[in-house]
Amino acid sequence: MSGGLFDIPSDLQNTYWGLVGMHLRLALVPVVAGLLLALPISQLCVLMRWLYPPVLWITTILYAIPSLAFFVVLIDYTGQSELTVMIPLGIYSLVVFVPAIVDGVRSVPQETLDAATAMGLGPVRRYFQVQLPIAAPAIIAGLRVATVSSISLVSVGMLIGNQGGLGNLLNDGMIYHQPRLVWLSVIGTAVLAILADAFLVLVRVLVTPWMPRGNRKPRPVDEPEPEPRPEPAAAALEDAVR
Amino acid sequence: MNVVHFVNAFFSDNAHWHGYDGIPTRMREHIQYSLIALAIAAAIGLPVGLLTGHTGRGGNSVAFVATAGRALPSFGLLVLMFVLLGLGQTPVMIPLVVLAVPPILVTTYEAVRSVDPSPVDAARGMGMAEPRILFQVELPVALPLILSGLRSAAIQIVSTATIAAYVSLGGLGRYIVDGLYQRNYEKVVGGATLVAVLALVTLGFFWLVARFTVSPGVRRSN
Amino acid sequence: MIRIDSVTKRYPDGTVAVDNLSLEIPDRSITVFVGPSGCGKTTTLRMINRMIEPSEGRILLDGKDITQQPVNTLRRSMGYVIQNAGLFQHRTIVDNIATVPRLLGWGKEKARGRARELMERVGLDGALAKRYPYQLSGGQQQRVGVARALAADPPVLLMDEPFSAVDPVVRKGLQDELLRIQAELGKTIVFVTHDIDEAVKIGTMVAVMRTGGHLAQFAPPAELLSNPADDFVEDFLGADRGIRRLSFFSTADLDLLTGPIVAVDSTAEQIAERGTDEVPYLLVTDVEGKPLGWSEPGALTAGAVDPARLLPYGRPFVAGKESLRAALDGAVLSPTGWAVAVGADGRVTGVVSQQTIGEAIRTAHAAGRSDEKVAG
Repeated sequence: MSGGLFDIPSDLQNTYWGLVGMHLRLALVPVVAGLLLALPISQLCVLMRWLYPPVLWITTILYAIPSLAFFVVLIDYTGQSELTVMIPLGIYSLVVFVPAIVDGVRSVPQETLDAATAMGLGPVRRYFQVQLPIAAPAIIAGLRVATVSSISLVSVGMLIGNQGGLGNLLNDGMIYHQPRLVWLSVIGTAVLAILADAFLVLVRVLVTPWMPRGNRKPRPVDEPEPEPRPEPAAAALEDAVR
Repeated sequence: MNVVHFVNAFFSDNAHWHGYDGIPTRMREHIQYSLIALAIAAAIGLPVGLLTGHTGRGGNSVAFVATAGRALPSFGLLVLMFVLLGLGQTPVMIPLVVLAVPPILVTTYEAVRSVDPSPVDAARGMGMAEPRILFQVELPVALPLILSGLRSAAIQIVSTATIAAYVSLGGLGRYIVDGLYQRNYEKVVGGATLVAVLALVTLGFFWLVARFTVSPGVRRSN
Repeated sequence: MIRIDSVTKRYPDGTVAVDNLSLEIPDRSITVFVGPSGCGKTTTLRMINRMIEPSEGRILLDGKDITQQPVNTLRRSMGYVIQNAGLFQHRTIVDNIATVPRLLGWGKEKARGRARELMERVGLDGALAKRYPYQLSGGQQQRVGVARALAADPPVLLMDEPFSAVDPVVRKGLQDELLRIQAELGKTIVFVTHDIDEAVKIGTMVAVMRTGGHLAQFAPPAELLSNPADDFVEDFLGADRGIRRLSFFSTADLDLLTGPIVAVDSTAEQIAERGTDEVPYLLVTDVEGKPLGWSEPGALTAGAVDPARLLPYGRPFVAGKESLRAALDGAVLSPTGWAVAVGADGRVTGVVSQQTIGEAIRTAHAAGRSDEKVAG
C-alpha cells in the first residue's frame, strides 16, 4: 500500500503523533494529579497511624474494580469525554501512591528523625528535608508503577468514545483488518511505557546520589555471605495492567 | 441518581436472569475463564518465582519481567491476538495468562528474597536440605506476600477478561461492551456492577485464604 | 575432638579470612574463638559445619575428614546457635525446638516431648510451648535457640555470638545458664564472641585471633591473662589483667580468723574475750551467724548492739567457692580493710585481712598454680 508506516485512517481525525500526544496527556495528567492528592493523604496516614489501615482497605477495594467498569459508570456523570478516562486513572494512581509514600516515609529511621529534631528542624522542614528525600526511592518506585500502568490502561478509553489515545487505533485495526494499526498501537504504547520507566529510573539515580548503585560493596570477611536485598519498592509489587 | 436507577432496572428485569445471556451464565463463564487463566499463570509464575527467590539468581531477569509485564497494554494485546489468531478462546487466554504471570512471578520472587536470612541460615546449619528450607522455612513466611501477588493477578484477570468481551469473549464484559454499542446503559451499568462485585468477592476470597493458611506467628506483622 | 589442620579461607577478591590455622578443639569443653572484626572467628566456626568450605587444609572430626560424609548428616550431628536465634517465626516454640529430631525421623509426639524436656533444661517456662517467637523476649528467644540446638543431643555445639544481641543483664544470665548446662551435659562447644570478658568467663580454652585470620594465642584463660603471647593479645585483654587473673585463684586454702566475731546477743565477758590486739574491730553477727557489721570493741554494750552504729561489712565472699579476686574485692570494700568470709548459707565462717590475701596471691603466683575456674 502507498503511504507511510504511520498513516492512520481519517475517521480518527488525528495523526499518529497526535495520538501519541493525546495518549501521554491522558496518562500523565492523572498520575500527577494522583501524586499531588496522595501526598497530603499519606502524610495524614503517617501522622495518625490509626488512619492507615482503613485508608488501605479503601484503596485496595478501589484498585480491584476493573477499569472498564469504572469508566462506564462515570459516563453518566461526565459523558464520553477525556475526564471520564482521567478520573479513574487518577484514582488508580492515587491508590498506588498512598502505600508507596507511607511506607517510604515510615522507612526513615526514628533515630534520623530524632537527630533532625534535636538539631532544631521543625516538622515542616523535617518533612521536606529529611523524610521526603529518604522516601524518594519508594515514591519514585510508585511513580514508575503508576505511570506505566496508566499508559497501558489509557487504551481502554477507546471504548468510551475514542478517548484512548493510541488505543483508538485498535478498533480501526479490527474493523479494517489492518494488523499494522494494531501493531502500531501495541508497540507504541509499550515503547511509551518503557521510555517513561527508564526516564524515571534516571530521575531516581539523579535525585538520590546517596544510594548505592547496585554494585556489591566488599563486606567484612567475618560476616556470613549476605543475600542481596530487594529494592525498596514494595509499591512495585502492586501490578495493574488492566 | 441515574446510575442507581439503571442498576435497579437491570437486576429486576427477569429476562436478565435466564438464558445464554443471563447473569448466572455470564457470571459462570467469567469465573471459569478467570480461574483457568489464574491456574496457568500460577503454574508458571509460582515455581519460577520460588526458585529464583530461593537461589537469588536471575534477579535482573525478574526485574525485566516486572517492567515488561506492566508495559504491555492489555487491551492492545487482546486485539492483537484476535487479529493475528482469529476468533476463539486461545487467542484470548494467551494475553490473560501472559499479563497475569508478572505479578505472580515478581511478587513471589520478592517475597522469598525478603525473608529474614537468620532462620534460613539456622535451618541450613541444622542440616536441612535446600528444597525443605524453601518449602518449610521460606514459603510459610513469604506466604502473605505471595498471596497478595496471586490476588493482584486474579483481579487483573477478572478485569482483562471484562475487556476481552470486545474480542468476543463471553462473560460479564459482554453486558458492558454490548450495552455500549446498543446504547443500553441499563446493561452497561448492570454489567459494571456485576464485575465490580466479582472483583470484591475475589478480594474477599483471598482474604479468607490468607486467614486460614498463614501461620499466626507470621500474621501479626501484617 | 575437632582438629583444624592448616586451614585457610581465601575469597575471590583476595581477602584472606583465615590464614593457615591449626589447632585442636578438645572434647567435652568450651573452646572460645575471640577477636576483633575481620579476624576470621565466625568463618572458622562456619567451616566446621561446612557452611563455608576452606580454600586449603582440612577439618577432622574424631579423626575423620568432615568432607567424607554427606553435609546434611554432618550438620544434623551438630547443634548450631546463631545471634538473633534465627527462630522460625511461623512455628510454635515447641515445634521450633523439635526441628532436628523431626528431620531425623522422630515421630511428632516423641519430638515434642523431647522439646518440652529441653525447655525445662534451658530454663524456659513450659507455658511458652505453644507461643510463637514474636511473643518472646530476646533472652527467651535465645534460650529457645539453644534448646533447639540441643534437641537431638549432638555431641558438638557451635555457637556464633549467641549472646551478643541481648542486654548485659540478660547476657550474664545466659552465660551462667550455659555453664550450668555444660556441667550437666559435657558437650564439645565451639563458641565465637568478640567480647574478651565473655571468653575468659566461659572458655576452657581460648583462641585469640587477629585481623587477617591469624591465631595469636591458644591457651586456657588463666594463662592468657598471666602470659599474653604478644602486644596484640595484651592489648586485647585490656586493663586490670592482673586483677582479673585473680579470678582463677581459689580461696580454699585461705587462712581465716574466727576470733574477732561476736554475735549480737553476746555477753560482756564474751565481747571482752574476743577483742584481740590483732584486730581493732569486731565483726558483729545476728543470732543466726549472718554478718551485720563491724564495731570497735569498746563501743559494744552487751546485748544491746545498735545496728545503725555499725560499720558496713562490705561484700562477703564464699570461702572455698569464690576466688581470691572476690576476697580481695571484699577486703577493699570493707572500711576496716578486712573481708568477711561466709558459707553457702550466708553465715560467717571467718574474717581475713588484705595482708593475708596478698600473701595468698603471692603464694599462688609462685606456685604457678591456676586452679579450675572459680566464679568470681
